[in-house]
Amino acid sequence: MDTEFIAEYIPLYIEAAKLMLGIGLIGIVLSLIVGLLIALIQYFKVPILRQIATVYIELSRNTPLLVQLFFLYFGLPKAGIYISSEGCAIIGLCFLGGSYMAEAFRSGIESVEKGQEEAALALGLRKGQIIKYVILPQAISVSIPALCANVIFLIKETSVFSVVALADLMYVAKDLIGLYYKTDEALLMLVVAYLIILLPISILAAVLERSLRYAGFGN
Amino acid sequence: MQDLGIRVLFMGNNFIRLLGGLWITIRISLIAVAFSIVLGILLGMLMTVKNPITKAFTKIYLEFIRIMPQLVLLFLVFFGLTKSFGINLSGELSAVIVFTLWGTAEMGDLVRGALISIPKHQYESGAAIGLTKWQVYRCIIIPQILTRLVPLAINLTTRMIKTTSLVALIGVVEVLKVAQQIIEANRYTVPDSALWIYGTIFFLYFFTCWPISLLAKRLEKKWKTT
Repeated sequence: MDTEFIAEYIPLYIEAAKLMLGIGLIGIVLSLIVGLLIALIQYFKVPILRQIATVYIELSRNTPLLVQLFFLYFGLPKAGIYISSEGCAIIGLCFLGGSYMAEAFRSGIESVEKGQEEAALALGLRKGQIIKYVILPQAISVSIPALCANVIFLIKETSVFSVVALADLMYVAKDLIGLYYKTDEALLMLVVAYLIILLPISILAAVLERSLRYAGFGN
Repeated sequence: MQDLGIRVLFMGNNFIRLLGGLWITIRISLIAVAFSIVLGILLGMLMTVKNPITKAFTKIYLEFIRIMPQLVLLFLVFFGLTKSFGINLSGELSAVIVFTLWGTAEMGDLVRGALISIPKHQYESGAAIGLTKWQVYRCIIIPQILTRLVPLAINLTTRMIKTTSLVALIGVVEVLKVAQQIIEANRYTVPDSALWIYGTIFFLYFFTCWPISLLAKRLEKKWKTT
């Protein structure tokens, strides 16, 4: 193990991690928004949009991110649509994550009893108010474990970003292996980098799940 | 010129080659899933054992495998093993190893979940009505576990197929690599073939995984009452 080599190239990994986390964060926030929107479309049974949402969910859940990125990055330019590497990565992550987040929100919304909605209606609340004050607060607390799992899943998925020419952690590791043949050191730093990024998130998710008090009645 | 790109698909045996590439990924995932189910059941049973040492080991294994992106695991086996131990693994073999390791962890967790979801009184009432231990398992526990596990195992298969697309990055000639070859070969005659070829692959994956997900969903709904 060559410690000097490790010390010399740690900055490269830090840069790569920053890039990956930046794109990952934007992608995750966008997919949360898309997910919530889709869950609401399904809840309100908006015609047409609802069918589009169903098609989108099936398409996105049954194709790998790698293939989505290849299509965005190498396929679309041939149709005259040019998207930057970062753009492709964010769109890809959001396309993939949106459907997973939507499913998480949907199961949360479905877990709220029908009786509560009826009770709220009887109190004279409008549909928008019901979702805002009655359904969503309970639904989100139920969804949190699934949402956290999705966040971890999406961060793991960012490891394929090197195919759209982004210098992420995988790219740096592969580069170092190719240039200096320091396989052990490069891979060790790669594993450590992912552990440093993902362990705290995973622990946080576990703590959150355990300390979560369901807002629903009867629990 | 968009109408020209699609003709690449029908030139020579290009489409058959793409399907052949897809089969490589599917074959890797099926082998890995088969191993994962067997090993995962063992791991799941091991995880319910109340021994702190086995518990710690299985926990560390599970957490490490689940926290690492599968691509990192692939790199570790494909590049790491070769360098450190001088073992020369082909891309396909490393993929099978990695996806078996990953699938075993996922499956083990599912089996553990299913095992602990059976309340203790079921074992006790089985014993109370005079069933032997084996009969309790065969007639009461295993049927319930299976109805819970089968949809989840099918779901794991679709995840496996999607994740095996990563083997393109360790040089296995699967559907994406075949696509690149076809695109490169036709770079001058059909410059916009990439759109059509990658679009086709997108839908190839979709039509492979979608029926399997539908099956899983249907089975889950059908057996939900138990």
